[in-house]
Amino acid sequence: MTMTMTVNGSPVSLPHDARVSLLDLVREHLHLPGTKKGCNQGACGACTVLVDGERILSCLALAVQFEGRSVTTIEGVGTPGALHPLQAAFIEHDGFQCGYCTPGQICSAIGMAQEIRRGVPSHVTADLAAPDIAPTRDELRERMSGNLCRCGTHNGIIDAIAEIVSADVLLPEPAQ
Amino acid sequence: MRPFRYSRAVDVADAVRLAGSPGARYLGGGTNLVDLMRETIEQPDALVDVTAMPGEIEETPEGGLLIGAAVRNTALAEHPAVRTRYPVLSRAIVAGASAQIRNMATLGGNLLQRTRCAYFYDNHGSRCNKRQPGQGCDALEGFHRNHAILGASAACIAVHPSDMAVALAALDAVVHLQGRNGSVRSLPVTDLHRLPGERPDVDTLLEPGELITAIELPPLPATLRSTYRKVRDRSSYAFALVSVAAVLDIADGEIRDVRIALGGVAHKPWRATRAESVLRGGSGTAAAFAAAADAELAEARPLPGNAFKIELARRTIVAVLRELAGDSA
Ligand SMILES: Cc1cc2nc3c(=O)[nH]c(=O)nc-3n(C[C@H](O)[C@H](O)[C@H](O)COP(=O)(O)OP(=O)(O)OC[C@H]3O[C@@H](n4cnc5c(N)ncnc54)[C@H](O)[C@@H]3O)c2cc1C
Ligand code: FES
Ligand code: FES
Repeated sequence: MTMTMTVNGSPVSLPHDARVSLLDLVREHLHLPGTKKGCNQGACGACTVLVDGERILSCLALAVQFEGRSVTTIEGVGTPGALHPLQAAFIEHDGFQCGYCTPGQICSAIGMAQEIRRGVPSHVTADLAAPDIAPTRDELRERMSGNLCRCGTHNGIIDAIAEIVSADVLLPEPAQ
Repeated sequence: MRPFRYSRAVDVADAVRLAGSPGARYLGGGTNLVDLMRETIEQPDALVDVTAMPGEIEETPEGGLLIGAAVRNTALAEHPAVRTRYPVLSRAIVAGASAQIRNMATLGGNLLQRTRCAYFYDNHGSRCNKRQPGQGCDALEGFHRNHAILGASAACIAVHPSDMAVALAALDAVVHLQGRNGSVRSLPVTDLHRLPGERPDVDTLLEPGELITAIELPPLPATLRSTYRKVRDRSSYAFALVSVAAVLDIADGEIRDVRIALGGVAHKPWRATRAESVLRGGSGTAAAFAAAADAELAEARPLPGNAFKIELARRTIVAVLRELAGDSA
């Protein structure tokens, strides 16, 4: 029996060679080049994807670890004709320059919005017992610290995310 | 990366059976092991994925918590019982790595992550006794700003990188283990990791093939306050230069109980027992806190590049204890 997972809603069989990372599966085997390889060692966040709605680093994981799981890459978040509201907000607020970190930033921010809604605390959350977390700029910056931008567009990125998080926009279901 | 067999354990018995061969290793989130395999520093021939093992976060009859080894770092930090009763643990977890990594990392994997010493990572360019016993240590005369000031040896000055483990040390957590032959035992978390001595290649006191099945947190009296403070070169997504986990019970200015653990200073989470015995039963004043820190750090043996950590640790210990003592200090 071949092991499978879904990527952007489509079933995908897992690689026979267990050494293949989730990142290489997506980019090299499935030819979905939106997810980027920055450092390949967990330090930059360019490879961030969503697995069952949670943000993870696809470079630090083996594809076989995700049997039965549902992976969403930037290609499943929006398309040029149908942008996700966060993608539109990145354009509006100049949240990128070269664009290399952008797919990771956007997947990360979508996962982050769910974490805030769920009440996951961060390093800057003052009251750990409080049921609700206000998405202040300090909270957004701390929660996005795993995504680096070499072009230094962080202010635009936080502006774009702040707009969407306060509007409470959920991740649309990936296209089937 | 060297080829390996991959399998997924359904429960503890399955995991120890699948990992029965000498070259097998357990796989948690993979955030440390996969990286080290890519660098060929780790070369297992079989990986046993333990993330599907059952085991959640449960209340113990004594009023503590029992946490399965596969519980993800985020799930532990966000759990209401941890946030309200063991804030030091939530704070330590969210001070570590990034949100993406915490979503992947498991409790067992976090405890057993290996050092981030740059010479250990530089597989083909540097000498490292931890990677290659007997080879020598390039950190001693190299860039050792991040390295150990307590409990190090002439063979190794690497530090243990985990934030979470420092909080667990201050909480007197207990590690539950199961061996290859099915034998079960438990260890205080402070006895899980060892000092480097002549064998820096051995990080822990685990037997070959031994699996961490759970961590138990003893109950904490409601009068106890706890927190974690981490000092690092940038304000997020960086390893600790020094960190302090502390638990304090103080009434009418008198210290009834105190537990302090330090991160970023030693080959293992460093329980500051000398400082604790100076403080226990005494008064919770800023002067007492400073005397306690000095007592602990009297044993420090720094190198030219990391001597600053002594003063940094001293000040951080005092600041954390003052914060916990609040108006009583
Ligand atoms: C860029 C970056 C920054 C980071 N910053 C920090 C930081 O600031 N603070 C911090 O604390 N950490 C930091 N980390 C490290 C991170 O916390 C660890 O990589 C993570 O906790 C490891 O957990 P894992 O489940 O992925 O372990 P894995 O990589 O899966 O495993 C690690 C080790 O544990 C063993 N293992 C796993 N589970 C078990 C078990 N149940 N029983 C026995 N053995 C087991 C494995 O065999 C392996 O040897 C950082 C990592 C990266 C990549
Ligand atoms: S490519 Fe994965 S974190 Fe940089
Ligand atoms: S836009 Fe260039 S790296 Fe972020």
